[in-house]
Amino acid sequence: MDKKTIVLGVIGSDCHAVGNKILDHVLTEAGFNVVNIGVLSPQEHFINAAIETNADVIMVSSLYGHGEIDCRGLREKCEEAGLRDILLYVGGNIVVGKQNWSDVYKRFIQMGFDRVYPPSTSTDTAINDLKEDLYKQSYNLAI
Amino acid sequence: MDAYLLVDFGSTFTKLTLVDTENEKIIATEKSYTTVGSDITLGYKMALEKLNQKTNNYNIVKRLACSSAAGGLKIIAIGLVPELTAEAAKRAALGAGARVIKTYSFNLNQDEINEIEQLNADMILLAGGTDGGDTKCIIHNAHLISKSNLKIPIVVAGNKCCVDEIKNLFNEKLEYYITENVMPKLNQINVEPVREKIRNIFIEKIIKAKGMENVEKFISGILMPTPAAVLKAAEILSIGTEDEQGIGDLAVIDIGGATTDVHSILDGFPSQPGVVLNGLEEPYSKRTVEADLGMRYSALSLYEASNKKIIKKYLKNYNCSVEDEFIKRNNNTSYVSEDKLDIDFDEAMAKICVDLSMNRHVGKIQTVYTPMGQVFSQEGKDLMTLPYIIGTGGVIVNSENPKSILEASLFSMDDPTLLKPKNPSYLLDKNYILSAMGLIAMINENMAVRMLKKYIVKI
Ligand code: B12
Repeated sequence: MDKKTIVLGVIGSDCHAVGNKILDHVLTEAGFNVVNIGVLSPQEHFINAAIETNADVIMVSSLYGHGEIDCRGLREKCEEAGLRDILLYVGGNIVVGKQNWSDVYKRFIQMGFDRVYPPSTSTDTAINDLKEDLYKQSYNLAI
Repeated sequence: MDAYLLVDFGSTFTKLTLVDTENEKIIATEKSYTTVGSDITLGYKMALEKLNQKTNNYNIVKRLACSSAAGGLKIIAIGLVPELTAEAAKRAALGAGARVIKTYSFNLNQDEINEIEQLNADMILLAGGTDGGDTKCIIHNAHLISKSNLKIPIVVAGNKCCVDEIKNLFNEKLEYYITENVMPKLNQINVEPVREKIRNIFIEKIIKAKGMENVEKFISGILMPTPAAVLKAAEILSIGTEDEQGIGDLAVIDIGGATTDVHSILDGFPSQPGVVLNGLEEPYSKRTVEADLGMRYSALSLYEASNKKIIKKYLKNYNCSVEDEFIKRNNNTSYVSEDKLDIDFDEAMAKICVDLSMNRHVGKIQTVYTPMGQVFSQEGKDLMTLPYIIGTGGVIVNSENPKSILEASLFSMDDPTLLKPKNPSYLLDKNYILSAMGLIAMINENMAVRMLKKYIVKI
C-alpha cells in the first residue's frame, strides 16, 4: 500500500473526456493509485473522494474555459474537510482564450494550488513534479 | 399431498401460505394476529387452526418462515463520508431487509455513542474508507464502540487495511463479524457479502434475542427478515434461473401501515444518449424504505410530507377536512375503511405514498448548460424505460382499481428531472405471496420463478 493516491477528475460542467482517460492511463502506468471521478465533477466530489481514499493529491482538469470559477474555494473547502496537507494540481485549458500566462499562473497559485499547468503540458512534466512534491512531503520539506 | 408451509411473522399479522409442491399451486392462505408479546407460536397455531378448517388433506414436507415481528431487524449504519461509505452501508443494510434506524458519518463523538446505546438496535454495520484508503475514522469509531456498553453484534465492512487493528480492539469484548468492504473502491458498491453476513446473524442470533426461538420447534427456521424475502422474490422473478426465464427489469411497490418500500431490479443506466453517470454506484437490487409514508402508523407524517400541490392532485374532489382524515387514521391504526368515501380517501393516500416513494427511489438528472448547449449528469437509477411495476400491500391488493394507484409512480412534467417510469405494464401480487415465494426461492428457485409467473397477474 505504498502507492500514492491521486484523485483525478474534470471539474464543473466540463465534459471533455479524452484527456481525463489519457491522464488516468499514464498516471496508473507511472505507479500511482488513480481514483478517477470522471467528468462533470463538482468540488465536493473531489473532496469526498479524497477523504475516503486518504488521497495525497487532487488533480483537477478544466478544458472548457471556466476553470477559474470552478476552482475557486477548493483549497478552503479542503482545509474545512480536514485535508490539510493535500497537494492540489490543475491543468488543461484552464481559462478562456489567450491570456497572459504568468497572470493566470499567479491567480491559481493564490487560490491555493501547488502546481498550475498551461495548455499542452506534457504528462511527463506532471509526473516528475508529482514525484518531487511527494518526496518532499514525505520528508516534511517545504515545497 | 405434499406441501410447503410458508410463514410470515409480520408486525401485525402472522400469515400462512400453503403450497402444493407437486402441482405448484397455492392451496390456501390464512392469517391471525401476531402474538409477539406473549408467545409468538400462539398466533401461528391460531392461524394454522383456521387453515386446517379449510383443508387438512396435506402433508407438510417443509416449513419456512420470515419475520418482521418485534420491530423487524433494526440496524445502525456508520460510515465516513455521508454520500459515500455511510450511504453504501445504509443501502447494504436496507438490501438485507433491515430497518436502518440511524446513519452516522465521520468520527463519532461520545454523545453519539451514548445515543447509539439508547437506540436499542439489533446490530451495527461499521464501514469507512476504501481499501487502502482512510484508516483513521473507522479505527476511531471502533475504539469508541469497544469502550462503550454496547452488547449487540457489529458487522465490520470497511477498509481491509484496518481489519487486524479492529480485531484487536474488539477482541473478546464484543461479538463482531468481519466481511468485505462495502465500498472497496471509490463509488463502487459491494453489498452482497454484507447482506449475506447480516442474514446469517439474523438467523443465528437475532431471532433468539427477540424471544422467538421456540418457533423453531415448529418451523425449520426463520430464514430472513420479511423485506429480504420480498426482495429475493423480486430478484428471482426478474432474473430467472438457468432453466426458467425471468421477466426482466422490474420494480415492486409495497405500501404498508407504517412504511412504503420500493424495490427495483435493474442496472438503471442512462436510457438516453449523452448522459453522464455520476456519484456512488447503485445496487442492482435496490430497496428503499420510506418510514414517513404509510397508511396508518405513518398517516400523519405522510400528511406532513405532502405539499399542497400533491394533496390537490390526488384529493381534489374531497370535501371534508383532509387533515382530520389523516389524523383519524394515525390515531386509530386498526381503522378499517368500509364506506366508499373512506376507501377513496385511503386510495388517494396510497397514491401519495406511491408518488413520493418513487420520487425518492429513482435517480435524478441534472441539466448542465454550456456554451454549446445542454449536457446531462445522472445520479441514481434511471427507471424511465422500466417495463414492469408490481403492486403489493393491503391497500393495493384489496383495491378495485390497483392500476390507478400504481400509476401515481409515473414520470411527470411536474418534475422532469426525476427519472420515473414512463410506460410500464402493471402487475399485481393478488394473493399476497411475494414473501412466501422469496422463501421458496431459498430451496427451489425454479419452482419460485414458475409460481411467481403464474400468480403475479397483469392488470
Ligand atoms: C473534442 C472537443 C470537444 C468535444 C468533447 C467530447 C468529449 N466528451 O470528450 C465536444 C464537442 C463535446 C466539446 C464541447 C465543447 N468544447 Co471542446 N474541444 C474539443 C477539442 C477539439 C479536443 C479535446 C480533446 O479531446 N483533446 C485531446 C486530449 C488528449 O487533450 P486535452 O483534453 O487537452 O487533455 C490533455 C492536456 O490538456 C493535459 N491535461 C488536462 N488536464 C490536465 C490537468 C493536469 C494537472 C495536467 C498536468 C495536465 C492536464 O493532459 C491531457 C492528456 O494529454 C478541443 C480543442 C483541442 N484541440 O484541444 C476543444 C476545446 C477544449 N473545446 C472548447 C470549447 C470552448 C468547448 C465548448 C465550451 C463549446 C465549443 N466551442 O464547442 C463545449 C463545452 C462542453 C462542455 N460542457 O464541456 C475550447 C476551450 C477553450 C478555452 N478553454 O478557452 C477548445 C480548446 C477548442 C477551442 N480552441 O476553442 N469539445
